[in-house]
Amino acid sequence: MSLSAKQKATVKDFFGKMATRSDDIGAEALSRLVAVYPQTKSYFAHWKSASPGSAPVRKHGITIMGGVYDAVGKIDDLKAGLLSLSELHAFMLRVDPVNFKLLAHCMLVCMSMVFPEEFTPQVHVAVDKFLAQLALALCEKYR
Amino acid sequence: MVEWTATERTHIEAIWSKIDIDVCGPLALQRCLIVYPWTQRYFGSFGDLSTDAAIVGNPKVANHGVVALTGLRTALDHMDDIKATYATLSVLHSEKLHVDPDNFRLLCDCLTIVVAGKMGKTLRPEMQAAWQKYLSAVVSALGRQYH
Repeated sequence: MSLSAKQKATVKDFFGKMATRSDDIGAEALSRLVAVYPQTKSYFAHWKSASPGSAPVRKHGITIMGGVYDAVGKIDDLKAGLLSLSELHAFMLRVDPVNFKLLAHCMLVCMSMVFPEEFTPQVHVAVDKFLAQLALALCEKYR
Repeated sequence: MVEWTATERTHIEAIWSKIDIDVCGPLALQRCLIVYPWTQRYFGSFGDLSTDAAIVGNPKVANHGVVALTGLRTALDHMDDIKATYATLSVLHSEKLHVDPDNFRLLCDCLTIVVAGKMGKTLRPEMQAAWQKYLSAVVSALGRQYH
């Protein structure tokens, strides 16, 4: 399910529109992940707090969204572009890949909340596909 | 049986009070058919689904969106007996309609995104959590009678 040229353009365009709100959306998305899917807190047991809206969660959500934006710039070759991040996730973080889907869903929910008019079904499918490709690239080194 | 706290019930009722089924039902099903095109396999008799515009303009899709969302709402009046409430519908979806139960999850994800678009930040994280639990319970009940 690779992205068409049009879908890549749609992704770049929407992420451009989103840029001023990206920190907020990233922080919200991770907060929602731990709220809606509490089992994901298992990855953050070493933090002072992993509750929704807490400072470490919000900060890390911003970090993750930064990574997503970086991936937008590498949309034409995500596997190559995300090689070192994939090694990080495979050998150090070892996040079960199912969680990428859960976080992607929370990101889509936040995008819809913040951009109800712009987050059309066409934008939705392009961004959903992009996030799925991103997750695949992150999993590349897993086994 | 799924256990619900009073707060969860309040959150779920609050969200349903913001949902216009005649608007959100069609929007959710249209979005599902567009974002997950393989779900169109169940709607061969619905006429033209060949383009996004055709899906959005299709009256059978709109009508069925209302039917599906009305069915989803049924659980609200039977929160303590969701499995039994959907037993007949589960048999129908399994034996007559032959719907892969994973598709129920896809439709529910699209519904959540439609609801998020309508409610904006008023859909707080703890409300989304209760809502997701509700949808998961219904999805589970709908798949329960498959064999």
